[in-house]
Amino acid sequence: MPNHVIDPNQWIDRYSDYLYNYTISRVNDSNIAQDLVQDTFFAGLKSMKNFKGEASERTWLISILKRKIIDYYRKINSNKGKAEVRINYSDSESEGDWLEERVADPFDKTAEDTMQNTELGDAIYNCLEKLPPKQAEVFKMKTILGYETEVICNELNITASNLWVIIHRARTAMADCLKENWF
Amino acid sequence: MSKFKFKIKCDEANHVCDKTQYEDASLWEKIILSLHLIYCRACRKYSKNNATLTETIAKSEIVCLEKSCKDAMKKDLDKAIREVSN
Repeated sequence: MPNHVIDPNQWIDRYSDYLYNYTISRVNDSNIAQDLVQDTFFAGLKSMKNFKGEASERTWLISILKRKIIDYYRKINSNKGKAEVRINYSDSESEGDWLEERVADPFDKTAEDTMQNTELGDAIYNCLEKLPPKQAEVFKMKTILGYETEVICNELNITASNLWVIIHRARTAMADCLKENWF
Repeated sequence: MSKFKFKIKCDEANHVCDKTQYEDASLWEKIILSLHLIYCRACRKYSKNNATLTETIAKSEIVCLEKSCKDAMKKDLDKAIREVSN
C-alpha cells in the first residue's frame, strides 16, 4: 500500500540541499558532489517505477545516492589501477541490470543511518523540511549561504520587510523544532 | 526607527535581535536592544534562543546549493522529465 507519492518536479526544491549536504561530507569536493546529486535525480527518474511508496521519497533518493557515491569511489580506485572491481548481483534473475534499477530497499536502515540521524546537520535539515518551502528557501539563503538582504530580495522579488518577517517566522520555528529534537 | 528613541516595543526588539544574528543591526539598534532586554524577560528568552540557533547552525557546518546551481539543475531535470513523459 503506497503511502508516499513520487513527484520529480519537486525534487530539486525539496531534496537537493539535503542530498548535497549528505554528499559533500563524503566526497569533499563541491563539483563532484553537485554532479552526484544531479546523477541521483536522473537515476531516480529512470527507475521511478521501482518506487513502491513504502519509504519516503527522500529515503529512496538517499539510497540511490549512496550507490552513486560508492560507484564514484570505485571509479577513482580503478583509475589508479589499485583495485579490482567486481559487482556481484545477489540473484541471477536481475543479472546485468543497472545499479539504479536495483534500488528499492525501503528498510535499508543500517547502524550507519541511525548514527547519521543523530547528527546535527540531519536534525537541522529535518526541521527545515517542516517549514513552508518559501520560508525554508529564504532562511537557507540568508543563514547558510550568507547572502546579503538585498541580493535575496532581488532574486526572490520580495521587499526587505517581507524578508525579515519570513526570517523571524523561520527562526522561531527552527528554534522550537531544534529544541525538541536537539538542544 | 527614529533615533533618540530609547524605548522600543517587543516586536521591534525581536526584529533587531534577528538582524543582530546576521550582523545587520547598527550600533544604535544594538544599544537600544540591550536596554530593552534589561527589563523584558520575554525578549531575553527570545534573544537567547535566537543566539543558540545561530551558534548551532554555525557549529553544524551544513551547506546548501547556490541558487544558480539549483536553477541549472532544475532546467536539466525538467528536460529529462519531459523526455520521460513523452
